[in-house]
Amino acid sequence: MAEILVLVDHVDGSVKKTALELLTLARSLGEPSAVFVGGGIDSAAATLAEYGAVNIYVADDAALTGHVVAPKAELLAQLVAEKSPAAVLITSSAEGKEIAGRLAVKAGSGVITDAVAVSADLVATQSIFGGSTIVQSKVTTGTPVITVRPNSTAPEAAPAAGARSDVSVALSPVATAAKIVDRVEEAKGARPELSEAAVVVSGGRGVGGPEGFEVIEKLADSLGAAVGASRAATDAGWYPHQYQVGQTGKTVSPQLYIANGISGAIQHRAGMQTSKTIIVVNKDPEAPIFELADYGVVGDLFEVVPQLTDEIGKRKA
Amino acid sequence: MKIVVCVKQVPDTWSEKKLDPTTKTLDRDSVDGVMNELDEYAVEEALKIAEATSGEVTVLSMGPAQSTETIRKALSMGADAGIHILDDGLAGSDAIATSLAISKVLEGRGADLIIFGSESTDARMSVIPAMVAERLGVAQLTFANKVEAPGDGSVKIHRLTDYGYDVVEASTPAVISVVEKINEPRYPSFKGIMAAKKKPVETITLADAGIEAATVGLGAAWSEVAEFAAAPARAAGTIVTDEGNGGVKIADYLSEQKFI
Ligand SMILES: Cc1cc2nc3c(=O)[nH]c(=O)nc-3n(C[C@H](O)[C@H](O)[C@H](O)COP(=O)(O)OP(=O)(O)OC[C@H]3O[C@@H](n4cnc5c(N)ncnc54)[C@H](O)[C@@H]3O)c2cc1C
Ligand SMILES: Cc1cc2nc3c(=O)[nH]c(=O)nc-3n(C[C@H](O)[C@H](O)[C@H](O)COP(=O)(O)OP(=O)(O)OC[C@H]3O[C@@H](n4cnc5c(N)ncnc54)[C@H](O)[C@@H]3O)c2cc1C
Repeated sequence: MAEILVLVDHVDGSVKKTALELLTLARSLGEPSAVFVGGGIDSAAATLAEYGAVNIYVADDAALTGHVVAPKAELLAQLVAEKSPAAVLITSSAEGKEIAGRLAVKAGSGVITDAVAVSADLVATQSIFGGSTIVQSKVTTGTPVITVRPNSTAPEAAPAAGARSDVSVALSPVATAAKIVDRVEEAKGARPELSEAAVVVSGGRGVGGPEGFEVIEKLADSLGAAVGASRAATDAGWYPHQYQVGQTGKTVSPQLYIANGISGAIQHRAGMQTSKTIIVVNKDPEAPIFELADYGVVGDLFEVVPQLTDEIGKRKA
Repeated sequence: MKIVVCVKQVPDTWSEKKLDPTTKTLDRDSVDGVMNELDEYAVEEALKIAEATSGEVTVLSMGPAQSTETIRKALSMGADAGIHILDDGLAGSDAIATSLAISKVLEGRGADLIIFGSESTDARMSVIPAMVAERLGVAQLTFANKVEAPGDGSVKIHRLTDYGYDVVEASTPAVISVVEKINEPRYPSFKGIMAAKKKPVETITLADAGIEAATVGLGAAWSEVAEFAAAPARAAGTIVTDEGNGGVKIADYLSEQKFI
């Protein structure tokens, strides 16, 4: 069976759910091989094998992670040349898409971004124009490079050999041109990651200030959800920018999205419109966000949201 | 410093975007075009850097004839000159061909910085800046919410990441893409709009740029749209007014849907 390369998302060897989704998807297309870049393979290998990685290619070299994007594309281009895989799957994150773009140029391949499904004959489904149009597209030249949105496939275990081999790559001077001199972590709690979360609870200008986000966080915690924010809230400094949902923030597609005090500007919708179920709390019945709501309450979020949080607590107890 | 800003004309954010049934590409004729919002931030950043380093800013756009509006807008904000890559052979280009054409035209122009928006609002791929950096063999400094380019050949940015940001350093020439947190784009002044009319805009065809027609456009695309359809409309939801039990009602709905 043809090999499918999967670039693994992980943090120091703790494998992200998106990687398990890609391995699961890859099994329906061919034989998954995991490409693991950076340190921590000893803690990751078992999980990768459990989710179907037949091979694990390990490239643990500080130069690969100490520079912006280009080294990973060079590594993947080398693997594409050596292994002639049937396709390369990468998570549709900001960085994943950039890696895919550079890899496509290097490998002489077409590239498709933001797929929400990929069929056995490598036809990708894209949801475009804010979810209003569904497109089937296919790479016609080279090794298809496809980035897949988080939450597109439910991860399923299917143990495989997980045969490890080390890969080394001689990076070009171009690949090391942009050097990461410092990594700055901004507050991050124990909540699930925004783009991967099954449930997202968001707050906007209606939350009124940083204190208001406590109400949002409590609801999120009652549901095991990630917290999101509109740009009005991140710009005001009420919540860190990496939690921004929308055009210039994260694109999320969770099972459940709860929008509180958010009006539903087109740039916000662009990031959450494909959520499966959408709940809205807003005091203005005319707010455009209600057009997307499966269930909406016109009311003050400071009354509705705490009541909801309490109610969830009671029902879960 | 010589700075080139790449700007794309896209359908107005609020317009209903459609694919053309024959070419299966974006129908750009039936909608009003505007400068891609994020590219306004790219223009602003370029102008700020040029002002601080006595540099010059050239704005570059590839697209159909009406893209001149977007080029003029950048000129009226203060850019010095424009380049318009205009050729019917480019219609329907994929990201591979778009990045090729932009790179070919940039080659040999000696830009120190090439600044992009980080994403277009129509196709939303967020790949062109990385692909142009790859093709030109220069440093990629993308998703910047802060840029320091003092004009001494060094450039430093804050690159937004999932966990916060990375501080990234490189030497010029470099490709930069910006996010909307970086600045507040200026409005063109009346004087700026008048001045823009007299600024030079160079039109470049495929032949001028030495690009083989067979490598770009719809026919040359390395990926193709096989079919498309309107997504099933979202069923109208239930909207209720809070009468003191709004939270309980949502909880009921969540229970029904098996979320709790
Ligand atoms: C280039 C560009 C990129 C952008 N990218 C993004 C993006 O990625 N994400 C994004 O979100 N925005 C983005 N925006 C901004 C977007 O246009 C809107 O300005 C923003 O989404 C508004 O945020 P909001 O809905 O929280 O605020 P508002 O529009 O001010 O809405 C606040 C809402 O809260 C309601 N409200 C107030 N008080 C209460 C209360 N007590 N209880 C219940 N409801 C209440 C109000 O009725 C109102 O509907 C972008 C804009 C530009 C130009
Ligand atoms: C809905 C849709 C889906 C598509 N899907 C694919 C796909 O999966 N694969 C594929 O190969 N092609 C695809 N295309 C074609 C692709 O959009 C174009 O090739 C486009 O030029 C590049 O993508 P982008 O607009 O998303 O650019 P982005 O990478 O999102 O744009 C980033 C920045 O690059 C600059 N830029 C982009 N285009 C231009 C330009 N023409 N002139 C000057 N500067 C520019 C701007 O600064 C912009 O802010 C798609 C097009 C549409 C409309």
